[in-house]
Amino acid sequence: MPKVIKNVGCPYCGACCDDVEVTVSDDGKRVLEVKNVCAIGTQIFMHGGDHDGRIKLPRMRQPDGTMKDVSFKEAIDFTAKTLLKAKKPLMYGFGSTNCEGHAAAARVMERAGGCLDNCASICHGSSFLAIFDNGYPSCTLGEVKNRADVIVYWGSNPAHAHPRHMSRYAIFPRGFFTGKGHKSRTVIVIDPRFTDTGRVADYYLQVRQGHDYELFDAFRMVCHGHADDIPDVVANIPKETILEVAEVMKNARFCNFFYGMGLCHSDGRNHNIDIAISLTRDLNEFTKCTIMAMRGHYNITGPGAVWSWQFGFPYCLDLTKKTMVHMNPGETSSVDLAMRDEIDAFINIGTDAGAHFPIPAVQHLKKHPFITIDPSRNMASEISDLHVPVKICGVDDGGIVYRMDNVPIQYRKVVDAPAGVPSDEEFLDAVYERMVELEGEGFI
Amino acid sequence: MSDYIIKNGFVFDPLTGIKGDKKDIGIKDGKIVEASEVKGGKTIDASGKTVMAGGVDIHTHCVGPKVNVGRLMRPEDKLFRSRTKVGNTRVEMGFSVPSTFATGYAYARMGYSFLNEAAMPPLHAPHVHEEIRDTPIVDIAAMPVMGNNWFQLEYLKNRELENNAAYTAWLLNATKGFGIKCVNPGGTEAWGWGMNCTTIHDPVPYFDITPAEIVKGQMETNELLGLPHCLHVHPNNLGNPGNYTTTLDTLKLAEGIKPNNKFGRDVVLHNTHLQFHSYDGTTWADFESGSKKVMDYVNAHDNISFDVGFVTLDETTTMTADGPFEFHLNRLNNLKWANTDVELETAAGIVPYVYDKNIKVCDIQWAIGLELALLAKDHMRCHLTTDHPNAGPFTRYPRVIKWLMSKKARDDLLHSFKWSEKVIAATQLESMDRELSLYEIAQMTRAGPAKCMGISNMYGSLKEGTNANIAIYDINPEKMPKDPELIEKAFSETAYTFKDGVMVVENGVVIATTPKYTVWTDVKVKENAIVERDIHEKFAKYYSVGLENYKVFDEHMHNPRAIEVDATN
Repeated sequence: MPKVIKNVGCPYCGACCDDVEVTVSDDGKRVLEVKNVCAIGTQIFMHGGDHDGRIKLPRMRQPDGTMKDVSFKEAIDFTAKTLLKAKKPLMYGFGSTNCEGHAAAARVMERAGGCLDNCASICHGSSFLAIFDNGYPSCTLGEVKNRADVIVYWGSNPAHAHPRHMSRYAIFPRGFFTGKGHKSRTVIVIDPRFTDTGRVADYYLQVRQGHDYELFDAFRMVCHGHADDIPDVVANIPKETILEVAEVMKNARFCNFFYGMGLCHSDGRNHNIDIAISLTRDLNEFTKCTIMAMRGHYNITGPGAVWSWQFGFPYCLDLTKKTMVHMNPGETSSVDLAMRDEIDAFINIGTDAGAHFPIPAVQHLKKHPFITIDPSRNMASEISDLHVPVKICGVDDGGIVYRMDNVPIQYRKVVDAPAGVPSDEEFLDAVYERMVELEGEGFI
Repeated sequence: MSDYIIKNGFVFDPLTGIKGDKKDIGIKDGKIVEASEVKGGKTIDASGKTVMAGGVDIHTHCVGPKVNVGRLMRPEDKLFRSRTKVGNTRVEMGFSVPSTFATGYAYARMGYSFLNEAAMPPLHAPHVHEEIRDTPIVDIAAMPVMGNNWFQLEYLKNRELENNAAYTAWLLNATKGFGIKCVNPGGTEAWGWGMNCTTIHDPVPYFDITPAEIVKGQMETNELLGLPHCLHVHPNNLGNPGNYTTTLDTLKLAEGIKPNNKFGRDVVLHNTHLQFHSYDGTTWADFESGSKKVMDYVNAHDNISFDVGFVTLDETTTMTADGPFEFHLNRLNNLKWANTDVELETAAGIVPYVYDKNIKVCDIQWAIGLELALLAKDHMRCHLTTDHPNAGPFTRYPRVIKWLMSKKARDDLLHSFKWSEKVIAATQLESMDRELSLYEIAQMTRAGPAKCMGISNMYGSLKEGTNANIAIYDINPEKMPKDPELIEKAFSETAYTFKDGVMVVENGVVIATTPKYTVWTDVKVKENAIVERDIHEKFAKYYSVGLENYKVFDEHMHNPRAIEVDATN
């Protein structure tokens, strides 16, 4: 009899829906059906388990350029030796693995004396910079659901990027103080593109691309009593619209800003987030107001949390001194390190640096040993010297992940991974043990 | 595991009444035994040294979501202040909000073995347990925050104590928590709308219950269940001039309530970081100490206890579930501000703060903390904390001990203040000659907290049969140093720390780690269909996380050590 497993967390986006129902085959090896999942999440579940399409052994690049299956033992040995030989290895990725994996990776890189970074480096890292300067007045998503009557999506398009965000948390759900659901809320969407999210907005503000900062500034002027000094048009938005929307925000019972890459990666970057936080602070003089980054992958919040408690920094960690840790984005961030060709061994884990990094950065990285740890083939795995397949967290491995609002969600294993395939944590712990062994034997 | 005999030390163990006698202590199989029972163990020469049980911290923010936001948002906290790693330990980073590894090692170096994380947002419990896993050496318990929980606001408003007790037992089980913590009761829920409750009679918006009803109800619930620890309260109106009246109002709620437990606990209410609640005056301009008014009451009522929350005059990171207070503080100092409101449960705020010795108010706060401890008549009920990291980092405990044990040390500092005359006028510290003894320090740092938390059969004592958690300090009670700095030095780094019988620190250096435990309270109550229904309803409708994913999975508990409580009768 196929078995139905309920309350399963979805390993796709930062909304971390944890109400998924998964039907698995008799033998516990295949996912047959999933419910309560968006189209993208569905595909991830369908890829899990033990089936022909799954990579089951590590693949090592041969002198003739082809890939050959090798044992996990060889893969562990190769990875450990690569890390020990390198002067400045970098392990990067982690958006798509569990926190147990993040912790294991940190132990390995502390021992190896390398750099450790996560996808925030090319994503919400600019938000971190703003948080370092200005803080982060936020809340959990349930607070938004239960209290918020004004929702602002700024530079984010959940209709496509976080498909169930609006229905589970922000616009449509009936919460305790928001019993009429959508009707209890005013939705403001600010984006240069009229997106599908824009379609549900009560106010859609087509901000001029790259001019978000000015629009924030205008809202702040209203909060500080300088409305009269606002020009007739700011960033494409007429003054009267600015005044009207500012009043909506000020008169909210509970207002929340959700912002995405449209803000933290358009002109101004961390400064856009900085002023968004300042506006949030200002609005707390009038009402309750909070802000939240729309984190992308289901556990990209995780490495920021784990490494903050282990080292005090969320990303761009330089552990090369081995006795202490530095963080200096721009200097110790992955792309910058790669562009300067400072990295002499690269491990891509739980992401696809091959697809996401600038080509010159990848070209530099490719001059040196290049390893990918990921369940699937991706652009990075295909140019790697070694590709290690691992379990898919949330499908064939459990573990803790952090939702975009920093709430930990406990994920479940729903199907069995192919025999012998380790989790990220198991693989990295084995690499650690091998490094200790090699050091004991006097390697290097 | 090796056995040891600790020979010729001066032993201070208030729970067995030993006041500095020379006594040998045996360690066998991780437990404390009569020295004669150890055959062929290693001998530790403790002559000229002070031997105490491992320290017990009753109130510290050492693990969990808001601690971690503090770490994340303050990279500058790591600069220049982090230790260089030695030996086979993990890297230690951070000063006011140290990394988990730094926290565990630093506590061990000071001879501590048990920490009570003072505020675990229930929704974030798995995070707390992850950090506990990564904090080496010390055992940790965590108290779920309950003063603003919607279930409890409703039960207590309707005076449904049994339902409240059943829900509390369920929550302790779901979060693997230790006891009931109330932070700014009612006020943090009000903060959901940007409001606050600053007296114990301010009604909570919508829920229409008062902080007084919450505190009293939670106290009764606590005794109905017979939990090891009493109700642990951070009262309303923290940090405001004149707030001592709110504090007294809160303390008076305990009148007539008797302890009911089998753990040797005598008190029913623990007022945490009393220093922040003992302020007189009406504004920051006429701000002055209210310590005497508060301590007159505390000394006369033996069913309440407190920890101090000493201000250490450092740059630190304040963090509390008192969300409205942090917003208010942020409006005072205009530094960065983080906030996390947690659905149906609580909130948290984080603001960096500089307790500058050139600022009068900071110095008065410093003096008030010391006054409370010097005015206390019973140090079993007066515990040493800095409300880490709110009034200062826990690594300053040795400095606080120096001030408590040496009038010279505190007078030197007091007279060095820029506004010392004004500080002296607003406080009574200068007139106080009392210097605490090592016995009183042992009461404040291990015996008292352990008794108050109902764990004195496991921690805080050198009684035979308890876990061999022992701190040996290089200080000779018969030849107390003239230079107070040597007191601070001795308590900063033990000569030896033993944890569960393993020598983990030698001459101030961490030399080993040992399996450590997560202490929680497993309460059995009668089945309660109403509460079960309420739990299902609230999770179905209002939480953003499923009920089955909310409860901490067993696999995410690290070495659980459950305290069993049977409340089925």
